[in-house]
Amino acid sequence: MSIELDRDGDFITLSMGPHHPATHGVLRLVITTDGEIVTACKPDIGYLHRSIEKIAENLEWNQFAPYTDRVDYVCSMNSNHAWVLAAEALLATSSETKLVVPERAEYIRVIVAELNRISSHLVGVGSMSMDLGAFTPFIHALAQREVINDILEKACGARLTYNYMTIGGVACDLYQGAEDEIRSCLAELEKVMVNFNRLITTNSIFKGRLAGVAVVSPEDALSYGLVGPNLRGSGVDFDLRRDIPYGVYDRFDFNVPLGGAYAGSKGAVGDCYDRFVVRMLEILEAIKIIRQALDQMPPSAGKEDDPVGGWWLSKAAAKALRKPPVGEVYFRTENPRGETGYHIVSDGTKNPYRVKIRTGSFCAVSIFEKLVPGLMIADIVSVIGSFDIVLPEVDR
Amino acid sequence: MSPFLARNQRQGSALSLEKILEALHECHPETVIGTSPNGARWIQVTSFALLDVARLLKADPRLRFEQLCCLTGVDLQKFPATPERPACDDLVCAYDLHSLVNGHSLLLKVQVPRANPELPSVESVWGVASFFEREIFDLFGVVFKGHHDLRRLLLPPDWVGHPMRKDYVYPRSYGGVELCREGQTFESGPYT
Repeated sequence: MSIELDRDGDFITLSMGPHHPATHGVLRLVITTDGEIVTACKPDIGYLHRSIEKIAENLEWNQFAPYTDRVDYVCSMNSNHAWVLAAEALLATSSETKLVVPERAEYIRVIVAELNRISSHLVGVGSMSMDLGAFTPFIHALAQREVINDILEKACGARLTYNYMTIGGVACDLYQGAEDEIRSCLAELEKVMVNFNRLITTNSIFKGRLAGVAVVSPEDALSYGLVGPNLRGSGVDFDLRRDIPYGVYDRFDFNVPLGGAYAGSKGAVGDCYDRFVVRMLEILEAIKIIRQALDQMPPSAGKEDDPVGGWWLSKAAAKALRKPPVGEVYFRTENPRGETGYHIVSDGTKNPYRVKIRTGSFCAVSIFEKLVPGLMIADIVSVIGSFDIVLPEVDR
Repeated sequence: MSPFLARNQRQGSALSLEKILEALHECHPETVIGTSPNGARWIQVTSFALLDVARLLKADPRLRFEQLCCLTGVDLQKFPATPERPACDDLVCAYDLHSLVNGHSLLLKVQVPRANPELPSVESVWGVASFFEREIFDLFGVVFKGHHDLRRLLLPPDWVGHPMRKDYVYPRSYGGVELCREGQTFESGPYT
């Protein structure tokens, strides 16, 4: 935090970031303070802007998939998933280019996406507790994330930026023995979550830092485009996986956890602690979904050339992407950080005409200007942590 | 209690695009339905009516679009012309809306001339529009009248031009840093 030479009476303008460890990347908040109380907050973003949307216009459809990993590197699988589903939705608007995704590929997508959701939430809650001074839970969370990373690495060869899903399927089938490894990982995770809860969730200091801080009303949450766990933390019962299901999500039975003033008498629905608890509960729901997906998943066809769509691109997808339908589509998916939507405009050529990526963190930052004034400086760290902002997703 | 909190309290029913248009026609008869060759359909409004229509879309109990999911800018300059849609170089802003209470979605579009792209800001209706509009101002150069703080969002304040426009010319240098490699030209864009 650096002090800028702008003193006006008792107010001091501070620049929080961009190199602040608690801002989860390079977020700069220009805050005006009156003592310890923040009176104004202007988020300054763009430090990680890589113009991914412009790059998309210069690439072919399938070439863009690796870039979607970089939109949000904490949950690349989910970003991949959003892109391939959006592209498939565009292709499905014409009967000539409609792709049939193999059922096994749909299940593999759900499994890896939910695994990645767990690891993303683990990083989210872990780094949030670290920001607030509790270092140990972060290590526990990262240890579990490492196990998930190992599984995903065996599945596709990369630890963070997977590029595993392709338009029309997934790049390759799951490896031999993946099912057992995933099941034992989940069983282990359940035990760790109990420990994690004892360590931090029920910790009274941690609760005290978060209870009643930065309460977002459901109306504000909707108006400011909060999505995913942040929206549900405010008590709005909306989950795209259940309400507008995509892929095979309609075949699973899971709960949608909502904020409910979990911090007790000092808490309120929509405070920082609720958002934290919703993430913790969502990890357990993701475990349920993965188990059901493993149970329902059809066996591998065993054909090397076309197990789940083929390596990189199936022939049908390659043909369809040479001449996609002219028009546009907006497709929404539920990512760990909420709704990730791709608004795609196609002019019928092998390059997308326009790709707009709508991300959860971008909209979460937009509420800071309204939410932060009135809080203590130290509470800003809890707010950033509770919204689980990932900066590459904000700047794209 | 807020009506969209609990799922079982969302009593509304989803309207078709025609019904939504009918509701809008009560005050704005000039709004029309637009279609694209792949079957995507939207409601096209004029820039003068935009703010009014936005307020109505959020407030009318039949419509209740309380979520602005996405606000996209599109430059039509290089979009291939067809007999139904002659070539034009306008900019388009596309608003993806969703209603939790009624469970319907809507794509709203407004077209602005390239030379003088001005739209009313809808941030008073949907708070998130404040950031979306700044992004579009930054990348497309659309000026949103009534925005409380219209500055560049993603690019540095001294950046010249609006990169997402199709006729954008890549700068050869920025801040004293050469952006073009030796022997390379930007005529075909930097990524080819």
